[in-house]
Amino acid sequence: MNAYALPRLSMRFFPVWRRNYLVWTKLAVPSVLFNLADPTIYMLGLGFGLGAMLPEVGGVSYIAFLAAGIICFSTMNTATFEALYSAFSRMHVQRTWDAITNAPLALDDVVLAELVWAATKSCLSGLAILVVVYALGVITSPLALLTLAVVPLAGLCFGALGLLITAVSPSYDFFSYYFTLIITPMAMLSGVFFPLEQLPTPLRIAAEVLPLAHAVELVRPLTFGAFPDNILLHVAVLLAYAVAGFYAATVLFRRRLAS
Amino acid sequence: MEVEPRGAVLRAQGLRKHYGDLEVVAGVSFAIAPGECFGLLGPNGAGKTTTLRLCLGLIAPDAGEIALMGEPVPPRARRARRAVGVVPQMDNLDPDFTVEENLLVYGRYFGIADDVIRGRIPELLEFAGLAGRRSSRIQTLSGGMRRRLTLARALVNDPELVFMDEPTTGLDPQARHVIWDRLRQLLVRGKTILLTTHFMEEAERLCSRIAIMDHGRFIAEGTPRELIGRHIEPQVVEVHGDGLDDWSEAEGARLASRLERSGDTAFAYAADAAPLLASLERRSGLRYLHRPANLEDVFLKLTGRELRD
Repeated sequence: MNAYALPRLSMRFFPVWRRNYLVWTKLAVPSVLFNLADPTIYMLGLGFGLGAMLPEVGGVSYIAFLAAGIICFSTMNTATFEALYSAFSRMHVQRTWDAITNAPLALDDVVLAELVWAATKSCLSGLAILVVVYALGVITSPLALLTLAVVPLAGLCFGALGLLITAVSPSYDFFSYYFTLIITPMAMLSGVFFPLEQLPTPLRIAAEVLPLAHAVELVRPLTFGAFPDNILLHVAVLLAYAVAGFYAATVLFRRRLAS
Repeated sequence: MEVEPRGAVLRAQGLRKHYGDLEVVAGVSFAIAPGECFGLLGPNGAGKTTTLRLCLGLIAPDAGEIALMGEPVPPRARRARRAVGVVPQMDNLDPDFTVEENLLVYGRYFGIADDVIRGRIPELLEFAGLAGRRSSRIQTLSGGMRRRLTLARALVNDPELVFMDEPTTGLDPQARHVIWDRLRQLLVRGKTILLTTHFMEEAERLCSRIAIMDHGRFIAEGTPRELIGRHIEPQVVEVHGDGLDDWSEAEGARLASRLERSGDTAFAYAADAAPLLASLERRSGLRYLHRPANLEDVFLKLTGRELRD
């Protein structure tokens, strides 16, 4: 059992994914309401409140500008919360992972299931916001539906990074470092709330290195009814973070739980 | 005693595992034949749970060989675990699910079809004495019920071999006796059990063969009767009360073949307890209890009386 071996991908992850889905169905109503309420408050509060004071941003109303940012921001948050708090509960508090690995499943199967599940939840969240922005009349282009192809990729990316943090976390408290040092600055720097061009060059470069900006740059043109530029680059960055994060998380979970 | 290797459901040879500087498992070999109940006894930190985790292929040994259900472990551990059930030391039932859902979801991890699992659930719940609790949430179950459900969960794949890591720790006597009864039923059905425990009574009642483990090694092995016969005098008199020191020095040490002291109690071991009892009768300040020697005496003799925590 080499801890650094590549993760073994297998459909065995599916019963574990299904277990998480079954738990979710029991809490689906409050969960969906939360998925809807949180971004709606951002959209209404910032979009209408702050937007009323602003001229057009990038040629559109502020709320139309903000929609893409909130889709990506919520996708990131949903995948991150699931990969941090929920996965940590299952691994450490409830010992659900121990029960699963006593069956004929490997730790790799569990980690893959957690990743796919975090991405699944971020898709639910992305879909919920898309419904809200359509309902508000903020977005009208059918091309915006293509954001549903970007959201799973962003979900895998932020799910993988979250699992990486969970793998080294001694307790829930540790997660606040990740939010304070990584997630919150990234949300502020990545063109979610204002155009990246507003930032001084060093901060802009920092943003371009992090994955959230690339998700935003894919989603924003789509919400305006246009195809994004540099699609391959943005997809490649998100994919690279997802793959590297997943590999590192798998190695660290193996070292933590199977040594 | 020696088990024909080919027939063994579990065979471990020269197992070693260290964490940091501590060798938790320091050269352990054993084989378990089908239908046996093999008990692994030892104080906390003796290496019992690590031995189980090694045998299940959850961790890799530093040295040694393991064959579980004829499969080499860890390389083919996943395959081997298809025919194995596990009752872990710490309850890890799914708190979000009902009793029935716990069994259904766990069966899916074995790749068993839903309708097959659903077909087994009534019998499993009957066995666990939870027939009326099918739709109960886990939070509403008592500790004993949870243990029984964990046992039922370990049987969802109809395993040949069941690993039990301290199955009755933390249970009250009633709940413990129910678990013992169920384990005996499993043995009657021809299942094989590997049990760790630090309850000597449990090992004495259930196990056909026992290994006492300490500091990562097996320090004694045999049937409960053999271990008692080999390692300990058959009679024990426990003595405490005023004048214990005086009695121990003046008579106890001479009349007992071995006199052990633990706190305010002296344990006098002897082949014939009559002279001890006669001498104690004459000491009005002392209170005593005469009983046959049991596995616990063997255990304490071999592993010492100091606290392990």
